[in-house]
Amino acid sequence: MGANGETVTVLKPQLKLILAAVIACMAMTAAPRVAMASGGGGLDEGGFVSDVLGGSHPLFEAVGFYLFGGLAAFSAIAICFTKDVVRMAIWLFATLGAVAILYFLLTAYFLGVIQIIVYAGGTLVLLIFGVMLTTKSPSMQFAVSKIGLAAGGVVSLLLFAALMGLVLGTDWQRGEPTGSIPVATLGRDLLTTYLVPFEVISVLLLVVMIGAAYLARQERE
Amino acid sequence: MTQFSTPWVERNKPNLSAIEKLMVGVAMSVAGLAAPILRRFPAAIFFGAVAGGVVGIYLVALLSEAFLGEYHLLRDILAVTGVSLFAAHIPLFAIWWERKVAARIQSRMGPMRVGGWHGWAQSMADGIKLIAKEDLVPAAADAALFRLAPYVTLIPVVIAFLTLPFGAHWIFRNMDVGLLVIVAMLGVEVVGVIMAGWGSNSKWTVYGAMREACQMVSYEIPMGISLLLPVLTIGSLNLVQIGDAQAGGWHTWLAFQSPFMFVAAVAYYITSLASCKRAPFDLPESESELVAGFLTEYSGIRWSLFFFAEYVAMYIVAALAVVLFFGGWSSPISPEWIPDWMGRFLFADNAAARAAQGLILGGPIWMVVKSFFLVFVQMWVRWTLPRIRIDQVLYSCIQVLLPLMLVLLIGQTLWVLWVPEDSLLAMVTRIALSSFTGLAGLGACWIIFKARLKKRALVGVLAVEQLPGA
Repeated sequence: MGANGETVTVLKPQLKLILAAVIACMAMTAAPRVAMASGGGGLDEGGFVSDVLGGSHPLFEAVGFYLFGGLAAFSAIAICFTKDVVRMAIWLFATLGAVAILYFLLTAYFLGVIQIIVYAGGTLVLLIFGVMLTTKSPSMQFAVSKIGLAAGGVVSLLLFAALMGLVLGTDWQRGEPTGSIPVATLGRDLLTTYLVPFEVISVLLLVVMIGAAYLARQERE
Repeated sequence: MTQFSTPWVERNKPNLSAIEKLMVGVAMSVAGLAAPILRRFPAAIFFGAVAGGVVGIYLVALLSEAFLGEYHLLRDILAVTGVSLFAAHIPLFAIWWERKVAARIQSRMGPMRVGGWHGWAQSMADGIKLIAKEDLVPAAADAALFRLAPYVTLIPVVIAFLTLPFGAHWIFRNMDVGLLVIVAMLGVEVVGVIMAGWGSNSKWTVYGAMREACQMVSYEIPMGISLLLPVLTIGSLNLVQIGDAQAGGWHTWLAFQSPFMFVAAVAYYITSLASCKRAPFDLPESESELVAGFLTEYSGIRWSLFFFAEYVAMYIVAALAVVLFFGGWSSPISPEWIPDWMGRFLFADNAAARAAQGLILGGPIWMVVKSFFLVFVQMWVRWTLPRIRIDQVLYSCIQVLLPLMLVLLIGQTLWVLWVPEDSLLAMVTRIALSSFTGLAGLGACWIIFKARLKKRALVGVLAVEQLPGA
């Protein structure tokens, strides 16, 4: 039914055949064991599913660790050596993302995901409210004074020494990986065993929020 | 030999190395061989590839049960390939579909030529055009961020597919934090958009990026809370468990379990529109005010990668709505309603019975069809509603949706605590809400039927005679 009255073939017969074959194939693929509400929960029944409770393949684990550990370290250093503010924020995001992937490799899935959720939003807010809205020129560059450099150097050296002391002083033990802790256990523990620290942190965050709202509100006489 | 001076600046001819020349030569000869075949049998090749992929995935599923070892490496590789291929075909189909939907809503025809039947190959032709276009980076742009941004936008939404279930056993990684992974990946996608807007270094793109950032800060909280409602009802973040809990007929779908869930389903759908930058929340790319928003400086394949990301994200938020609120991969029919004579055939353990189960009781096909229906609703909304202003976005998300979601959260918590599942109140609510939705659906069908009867009066003789299938 073309515009000038010429006929456009709507569906060729062989096309219909192929379509029928496709539908038949799709019907075949619809055949995984459907988990019934009545019959077993079906999570352990095999099929086209892979439960990630243990770790990943040892080779991937090693490669992933060095790759993403390296990325985390590299991008952390890159934050210090970048002068452009927005790029710094992006490098920060890369560091935090690489650390999240390290958490994944350690089968701490909940921690890794929360790291991404919190810092994806966090980096953005940093970009918007910390950088774009406060600076006059869009391409502001950081210039560090000598005193600032010295003070920062001293603080980082102290921090580095403290961390290295901890790392070297710990009695590391190699053991079999225990697998991931179910997120339900985590939640239950947070609301029973560790309720007080959890609530204290919540109150702290609330205080921070109220403080931020106070600082950001419009001045009225 | 006169040297013509051109009004534009002459570009340097690229210096190709030997290996690059070889690659170009191979690509040209492959194209020269393949093009006539592609032109002769486009439909056969396309549907053949689809059928082959489907059969291949099915075979791999069978093989992986039988042969592969503890870590299922081969299965993982093939499954990732399958999932990425599915993700890659969503935009191909959905962009063409969106153009047809838009055309129908505006009484136009939409793409009609490429490929023959209703211009079904239009997306592929567009894709080839976009690949062939020059890859431009504006001189004033931050080249690294500009080049990186499309990937930061596209890759997270494809990763989200890894924990998105297609069926009880059709999921790549069945994680107990599956829902959170998807939410995290949708959040990372926004970083790519901001990067694109900022890196392009043009005022339109920066406006687009700022709007996207403000929009994200406002929609993410109500969206997160609306996702909490099904989670606290089922007591799990695992999408397979949430989907399994709704496998007993459509009155067991979570949206119909309490009035709070019903409202939360609608609220989630609204925030999900904001999350994938769809109208009426398409402020980052408001083409009538900001040229093309954060996409202004992009062209060619990088531009199309953003659209891939947008359409894949549309499917993902729709699929999430289906799993969390609308029964996941289960069909509206409860296994308990199957009469005995049919059950004897249906619940047998052979391939034919399993195929029938997949079609009647629920399987990946139901999941995909339901998700694409919600994607269709997104398109429908886009072509019927006007865009709202950024202050209206902030107002509606923070001052309307956020308090509403908090009330719903508290209400649903109390509902789960005080109303047992088999109590009279719960049953009446379930039946009332599910039949209300059913009746609304039937009413919509009735309106469509009446409209079809009067189509000559409604859309006009010209449209009825010229638009195919009108």
